[in-house]
Amino acid sequence: MSSSEITTGLELRLRAQRRRVGEDVVKGALAVCALISVATTVGIVVALFVPAFEFFQEISIVDFLTGRDWSPLFQPAHFGVLPLVAGTLLVTAIASAVAMPFGLGAAIYLSEYASPRTRGILKPAFEVLAGIPTIVFGYFALTFVTPLLRDLGIEVDIFNTLSAGLVMGVMLMPTVASLSEDAMGAVPRDLRDGAHALGSTKVQVATRIVVPAAVSGIIASFVLAISRAVGETMIVLIAMGQQPNLALDPREAAETMTAFIAATGAGDVPTGSIEYKTIFAVGALLFVMTLVMNLFAIRLVRKYREVYE
Amino acid sequence: MSRGLKGGVFKGLLFLSLLVGFLMLAALLVDVFQDGLPYLDLTLLTNPPSSDPKIAGARPAILATIYIGVLLLLFVVPIGVGTAVYLEEYADKRRWYNKLLEINIQNLAAVPSIVYGILGLAFLVRGIGLGRVLLAGAMILTLLVLPTVIIAAREAIRSVPDSIRQGGYALGATQWQVVSRQVLPAAIPGIATGSILALSRAIGETAPLIMIGAVTYISFDPTILGPFTALPIQIYSFLRLPQEEFKLLAAASIIVLLAILLTLNAFAIFIRNRYRRTW
Amino acid sequence: MITTTGQASTIEPMSLAEIAREHGDENVASRESVFQVRDLAVSYSGNTAIREVGLDVLKNAITAFIGPSGCGKSTLIRCFNRMNDLVPGAKVDGEVLYHGKDLYAADVDPVEVRRRIGMVFQKPNPFPKSIYDNVAFGPRVLAMKDDLSERVEGALQQAALWDEVKDRLKESALGLSGGQQQRLCIARCLAVEPDVILMDEPASALDPISTTRIEDLMHELKRQYTIVIVTHNMQQAARVADMTAFFSVDVAPDGGRRTGILVEYDKTAKIFTTPADKRTEDYVTGRFG
Repeated sequence: MSSSEITTGLELRLRAQRRRVGEDVVKGALAVCALISVATTVGIVVALFVPAFEFFQEISIVDFLTGRDWSPLFQPAHFGVLPLVAGTLLVTAIASAVAMPFGLGAAIYLSEYASPRTRGILKPAFEVLAGIPTIVFGYFALTFVTPLLRDLGIEVDIFNTLSAGLVMGVMLMPTVASLSEDAMGAVPRDLRDGAHALGSTKVQVATRIVVPAAVSGIIASFVLAISRAVGETMIVLIAMGQQPNLALDPREAAETMTAFIAATGAGDVPTGSIEYKTIFAVGALLFVMTLVMNLFAIRLVRKYREVYE
Repeated sequence: MSRGLKGGVFKGLLFLSLLVGFLMLAALLVDVFQDGLPYLDLTLLTNPPSSDPKIAGARPAILATIYIGVLLLLFVVPIGVGTAVYLEEYADKRRWYNKLLEINIQNLAAVPSIVYGILGLAFLVRGIGLGRVLLAGAMILTLLVLPTVIIAAREAIRSVPDSIRQGGYALGATQWQVVSRQVLPAAIPGIATGSILALSRAIGETAPLIMIGAVTYISFDPTILGPFTALPIQIYSFLRLPQEEFKLLAAASIIVLLAILLTLNAFAIFIRNRYRRTW
Repeated sequence: MITTTGQASTIEPMSLAEIAREHGDENVASRESVFQVRDLAVSYSGNTAIREVGLDVLKNAITAFIGPSGCGKSTLIRCFNRMNDLVPGAKVDGEVLYHGKDLYAADVDPVEVRRRIGMVFQKPNPFPKSIYDNVAFGPRVLAMKDDLSERVEGALQQAALWDEVKDRLKESALGLSGGQQQRLCIARCLAVEPDVILMDEPASALDPISTTRIEDLMHELKRQYTIVIVTHNMQQAARVADMTAFFSVDVAPDGGRRTGILVEYDKTAKIFTTPADKRTEDYVTGRFG
């Protein structure tokens, strides 16, 4: 229709020529896609907490959380989860002791000392560590680190927590480094320039100005690393063993929550049995622990992003 | 004088931190290649597993990994891009349910992979009775990396300047016309890169597949609705066998896995660099 | 101000009054109105951006909105093609009649509005596609069935760009210069045969030569289309506009809320020679703004 026809003779039609049904269909289809992520969360919650609830009808939750004997497949069965938690926490502690200082150190170097060109090469190279599948790290821990530790005179069992922890720490270094470097990069130049103008050395600027300014992001990176350590399965399954162990001795084998879930889930426990439900009880505990840490980390990241953006 | 020394030591320590990472990476790669390279041959790629390490191979596992990868892309790209388009173009960001949606996705990205395995076990394998099949594995891995794809797609869509959209609307295009003809085509490189990186992550995952019931010994080629194994599972099973030679076969299989991942990542980086657009 | 004896001085720049007198169209007030705005107010999330606007936009004329920044000129022009709909929290009160029909009636489809009332933006925004696909985008999405290539050529001719691009229609539009890109955006707009063309500071991002070409184009286009432009350049308004509306910022007594208001609307010549309102006079003589 030409413009002259619009205004003379024919009635001016501003209503839609066709009912735009297609637009509503599209919006509906897209909303359905978005709902899949909601369904996933609902599914996870239902899958974990319904059987866990049934489990806690039979086993007292207090016994579960405070008992020191974990032998669900034996007669008589004991369901005290502390040995699994102890295994998880010990390997997490060792991993953190590696990932946090080295990850933060790498981040400070990349952020404050490396030239943009060097950073452009080193940072992606460092990220390669993050892309290596965890099963490869498990292999590395079993076949290289454990013999190495023995060669160094540390008497470790074939399966031990120390190897798993050290390798997990190396795996988590990029997580700490990446998020910390992000946080430090968000600190405005003016702060550094101001300190330099007052005569501070680079060391002082880095440690007294930049790191404190980026501290919420750095802590978020630590919390995220811990959360990922707690949830990690393959390294501990391959290198740490499947023997629940309350003695916090890193040279011995132990079992984590995740290793137990994997080993039991892969096995042939009959559906609906109490042994089957232990998967979900332990899984629920694991989920709650990591959820709390993740939400905390997400809030911290939001906080530091808000301040500078 | 001591200030300069202190500064130098500090810088040195920091660089050492970086170095530790690289040294570990190098040690890992050397270890894997030293053990595995002699065993990387056609037998590994074309034979099924066997109790005899001399003729054992990883063929069903490699095929299954490829099938899973293809299914994964078919599932995760439409759903992930659809969700991203909804959040960026259609959703009213002030509404509480959309904010909750965003937090939900961020949280799902950090849930341990074994929890996704539990989800798959409860709903797919035993719940709706799909059984321990390859399709279930692909579906669960889709859910695992879906948040990653959504986040990458949102980034890509957000980087399309608003002036393009305004120009489209001003000409009388409907919302879907603007999205499908202007926004999405411009966002394709970012979406492709993000999807390939998500795929590469999913291919390396073991824990969810263990829970779904990927078997450790399968001698025939996998089908979508049949029992299956996958490359990471095959590596795990090799590692658990007593003979020393199987450990070396595991290393060789790791080389295959790393080669696949390297190819995918290189492809993703190639796409990102080639189609990088300066607005 | 220098008075000349019938010929523009070659040393001193012409005053606005002189420019307006030279270019103004004396018959414009007798034309029919395309838009009738009555008591219009626009607010974003509760904050009023502009209020109490009443004016008639006349057919086949160029109407300019001038005024200091923050006076709501861009907000107002976007009311004519319902682009404000795209801003969450935007609310339009009052009446905008287009050829007598309420533009904001409940059953009005914004898409139909925008096919008739086109817009060119301040910063040229060509799509990252070929020159041909840029101009063809509008007709394609509006399902205009006739010969696309003819339509594209016609639009490019009207936008005075055809000769420069006819041999490279398949090349990316992003390779054109700023002035060419803006003319491409105008061609894009013309391809869907609108009734009205809105231009939000169309030349402010361009060099002086491109600006002149765009202004010449406007004079050509007004024969067929109705044009409304927003400009912060008074000389430009004096050169091209038949009618000019001057807006200003009204500051609340406590120094807080700033709202745009229409001060005066009349033939361009009158605005720049004998404005009725003192605020207009202050602005056009450069005493403020």
